[in-house]
This record gives sequence, structure tokens and C-alpha cells, in this order.
Amino acid sequence: MSVLVYAQNWDGKFKKSSFELVSYGSKVAEMLNTSLICLSIGTVSDEELKKLGNYGAGKIIRVNNEFCKILDNQVYTDIIAQVALKEEASVIIISNNTEGKAVAPRLSVRLKAGMASGVSKLPLSIAPFTVYKRTYSGNAFAHLVINTDIKIITLAQNSFSLIETPNNAGIEDMSVSIDSSLLKTVIKDTQKQTGRLLLTDAEIVVSGGRGMKSPDNWGPLVELASVLGAATACSRPVSDEGWRSHEEHTGQTGKVIAPNLYIAVGISGATQHLAGVSSSKYIVAINTDKDAPIFEVAQYGIVGDALRVLPKLVEAVKELKK
Amino acid sequence: MKILVCISNVPDTTTKVKFVESDTKLDTAGIQWVINPWDELSLTRALELKDDASAGVKSVTVAHVGPATAEPTIRKALAIGADDAFRVNAEPADSYYVAAQLAEVIGREQYDLILCGIESSDYNGSMTGGMIAEFLGIPSVSAVSDIKIENGAPIVIRETDGGREVVSVPMPFVVIVQKGIAKEPRIASMRGIMTARTKPVRIYEPSAKEPLTRITVFEKPSPRAACKFIDPENPGQLIALLQNEAKVI
Ligand SMILES: Cc1cc2nc3c(=O)[nH]c(=O)nc-3n(C[C@H](O)[C@H](O)[C@H](O)COP(=O)(O)OP(=O)(O)OC[C@H]3O[C@@H](n4cnc5c(N)ncnc54)[C@H](O)[C@@H]3O)c2cc1C
Repeated sequence: MSVLVYAQNWDGKFKKSSFELVSYGSKVAEMLNTSLICLSIGTVSDEELKKLGNYGAGKIIRVNNEFCKILDNQVYTDIIAQVALKEEASVIIISNNTEGKAVAPRLSVRLKAGMASGVSKLPLSIAPFTVYKRTYSGNAFAHLVINTDIKIITLAQNSFSLIETPNNAGIEDMSVSIDSSLLKTVIKDTQKQTGRLLLTDAEIVVSGGRGMKSPDNWGPLVELASVLGAATACSRPVSDEGWRSHEEHTGQTGKVIAPNLYIAVGISGATQHLAGVSSSKYIVAINTDKDAPIFEVAQYGIVGDALRVLPKLVEAVKELKK
Repeated sequence: MKILVCISNVPDTTTKVKFVESDTKLDTAGIQWVINPWDELSLTRALELKDDASAGVKSVTVAHVGPATAEPTIRKALAIGADDAFRVNAEPADSYYVAAQLAEVIGREQYDLILCGIESSDYNGSMTGGMIAEFLGIPSVSAVSDIKIENGAPIVIRETDGGREVVSVPMPFVVIVQKGIAKEPRIASMRGIMTARTKPVRIYEPSAKEPLTRITVFEKPSPRAACKFIDPENPGQLIALLQNEAKVI
């Protein structure tokens, strides 16, 4: 028996979210009294892989072959399934990010393993195996029992803190045989955002809504984000109007994020908007309307004009960082 | 080319959900049921492709697993413009069960493109599309924000964590759609509503399949502390609180 974490890499590097996943896996392994194995697919250096050991990995498996250069959902499913069976994994943990959502459901069918997605706490019990997952777009959480021998969990991003448990984990290069006819994905073109903090990775997010009035007013909001080391986001009407890029749209139909701090500026707090941000640890609202629903979910609020308040906040943060 | 759009029947997105029977079931009293927002957008995109004669789309079918109470949602999809529909007459017990039922029918009826939303706004599963593909042993592309047909072959754009890729895979395959796939959901015209009444909805009894998971109880999120208001003339106070009290900056 073992717990298997699939640790995705980005151009050969792990992110903080990878280490959160490993920390979580290590706690689940502890609950089950078994060891944690981490799987990495693709080209990742020994030095980078060793970092997984700092968060409790007992063993690190690297699979790297000609088929895993691009994400093909069938190929990746096949690799993870083969490793899971070989290592007799009873729980498989994957991030609930884009890649995790692409692969985990296939794996569930492949292994006939019950799956829970968007899990945000350690299992509530081991027998029956019960997890805590987001439902109704954050308006409720469910206790979900998985009935199968193998269980699959996708962990919500930024829901679990890093826990350092240094382990001198060995690296094993495992060869798995892949039926070449599985690889059907052809990538014709790639566009990458480089050098920008990804919204889903950010610990602080500054977000603007229709109350910002015009796309020309975003200067101080972007500056506040920059002095805080934050990413920028927006409400749906703002991206629909083309004031800001679609990548920034948060909410029911946009990105779901859970930063430590979400600063909502000129956002009313519609249910569909909150669906994407309600798991933020702290919410700050800046709004001219003291009755705006956003204040019901915010811990700190300023009733005032965003365009006057933002520059003052920028100054205050600059003062603090001096 | 035959397109299938899988739709989920969900509470209107403004619903304040409540639970009954010791928090084990959704209180459906007064709930307005709608097509899951993602599925509405994928239906819209499927119909746009059908409108473009050069794409060669013969039909757009809607699929649903659910009891007869979901019928109005299916009729709405037909009113928006789908040609026909099928419903597997069963409670959608979990994603695995739903995907197994859909895959069974898709295997029989043969579709070239199967569209699923990236998640359903009720269980937030993000699973059905990928599961259908694995049951059928066909490719799936996830997080798709655009789909075009070029010379009879679909080209999709998939969003990655930090970029996007233009991808092609041979049909049949499952497309799991997200934001961008269509701009505004198409709405039903008067004529659409009239013709929807006579469009065929095939009803199938479920095949023997078991769900793999079970929800035992629902919980509401813990209430947040009341909002502390800060003087707009002195917003520096906010920064101090964020640093010393919340400790998030
Ligand atoms: C199916 C569906 C899905 C949806 N999905 C999403 C989604 O994913 N994300 C999303 O955001 N929305 C979504 N919506 C839309 C949502 O219902 C709201 O319309 C939207 O969130 C409102 O955006 P807003 O807060 O920016 O604008 P508004 O609601 O117009 O609010 C603007 C706010 O700014 C305040 N304001 C005005 N002037 C100032 C000023 N000078 N300084 C400070 N404050 C000021 C106002 O008091 C007001 O509270 C969805 C809707 C539907 C039906």
C-alpha cells in the first residue's frame, strides 16, 4: 500500500503548489500509516526532484520518455495508472488545476477508482474514506465517501499549508511502456505568458469591477498590485467589456482562486463573482455603496471612491516596505 | 459531423442553497432550474458551428442524465436550437455513474464531437467529460476556450496554466469547454420555443452501473467575521491591519 502524489512540473520546475500537494500527501500517508511516493513525468533534474523530499516524499519516481513531452491526456493517464498499480497506491493525489482536471477523471475510470475533486481539507475519516469537497460553487461543502479500494483526490489550490518534513528520498527512474497509438494530441502552436505572476498561484490578488468606471483608471490598481507583489483580477463585466484581459476574469464562469488576500475594488459581490473568490482567506472591499453585498463577505472594508482610495493605499504600502 | 452537447440541470446561479433531511439533500423548494452555464455556452458554440455551412455539422444533439423533472431544461436546449435530445432516465448519482450512462449511449449512437462543460455548478466535479472519454477509449482535450472546424477537422485552443496551445486530435473526441468558447449564451426565439415542443427526445432506461462515491452530508461554509470598516480618509490603517492583524502582507 502507498499514497501516490502526481507532482506536475512547469518546464522542469516545481511550484509552491507542488510542495503543498506533497505536504498534503505526506499527512494522508501518515493517517494511513503508509509511505508517500511522488511521481514526476517529463524532464526534471535530480536537484529539483530532491526538493519533493523536503515535504515528506519517501520515494520519488521519474518517468521520462518520448511520449510525455506534451500533455496528452490518454498518455498521462496511462503512465499514472501503471505507476499506481505497480506501487499499489491506495490513494492518488493530484492538483485540482488545469492539468489535474484533464487527467484525474480519466484515471478514475481507468482504475475504477472513486474520485473527489476540489478537496480542501485532510480526509475527515479513513474508514469509511470521507473527504471534504466544494459544492454549489462554494455555497456549500460536502462530506463525500469514496467506496473503492483506490481513491483519487484532487486538492484545491492554496488550501493546504506547506509542512517541511525532510526525508532523504531516493529517485527511481521507472520505465513504463506506452502504446504509441495512444498519443493523438498534436500541438500546432503554443503561446506562453512569461514573467507574469499567475492569478491561480498568487497569494495576494487585487481585483477591479465596474466601479472602476473606465479602463483608463486601472493605473493605481495595477500599481497597488505591483507594490504588494500581487496578481490582478477583474469581474466578468470588466473582461466582457474588454477593459481587462479574459485571463483576469474570476468567478463562476471564470477562474476560481483562493489567495490569502483578495482586494475587491468597485465590485458589488454578486453570487457568481463570489463563487470564484469565496475561499480567499481574507477579503477586503472598497466600494462607494455601504450596502454592497461584498461587505457581507469582507473582513475589512472601506466605503469610499476607489479612485481616491487606491493612490493612498499605494503610498501606505510603499511607506511600509521602506 | 454529429455533435453531442452534454448538459447538466442546475439551480440558477443566484440560488442561496439550503439543505433538508438533516442536511443530506438540497431543498429544491422554489429553485429555478437552468442549463449549467458552461453547457449553455458549449451548446451556443455547437450551434454557431452548425450555422456555418462550411463546417459540415449535420446535427447537434443534447444529452442529459436525470429524472423527468429535468424535461423543461432539455426543452429549453431544444428551443435554443438543438435538433434532438436524449435523456437517460436516472438520478445522477455521481459523475462516474453519469459518465458511464452517457458513454453507453454515445457508443451506440456514434457522435464525432462530444462537448462537456469544465464543471457543473452544483457538484463542481470537473469529471464527466474526461470520464466519458476514458469509458469510450477516445481522446479528450480539456480547458478548451475555442473550437473551429478547418477542412472538416476540428482545431481547438486549450488553456494551460500560464498560456494556451492550438491543438488538433482526430475525431471522435471529447471537448471539455471553459470560458471563451462562446461570448454570450444564445437565447431561444419565439419560433424556437414553438418548434422545441415537437423535437424528438429519446428516453433510455439506465444500464446497470454503480456510483463509486456518495455524499453523506452538506455543510454551509463557516460564517466570516463581521466587516471592520476603515476611515476612507485614512486607508493607511487598512495596511496596518493587514500586516499586524491578518498578517497577510
Ligand atoms: C450565469 C452567470 C455567470 C456569471 N459569472 C460571473 C463570473 O464568473 N464573474 C463575475 O464577476 N460575474 C459573473 N456574472 C455576473 C454577475 O452576476 C455580476 O453582474 C457581476 O459580477 C457584477 O460585476 P461588478 O461587481 O464589477 O459590477 P456591478 O455589479 O455593476 O458593481 C459595481 C460596484 O462598484 C461600486 N462602485 C461604483 N463606483 C465606485 C467607485 N467610484 N468606487 C468604488 N466603488 C464603486 C458600486 O457600488 C457597485 O457595487 C455571472 C452572471 C451569470 C448570470
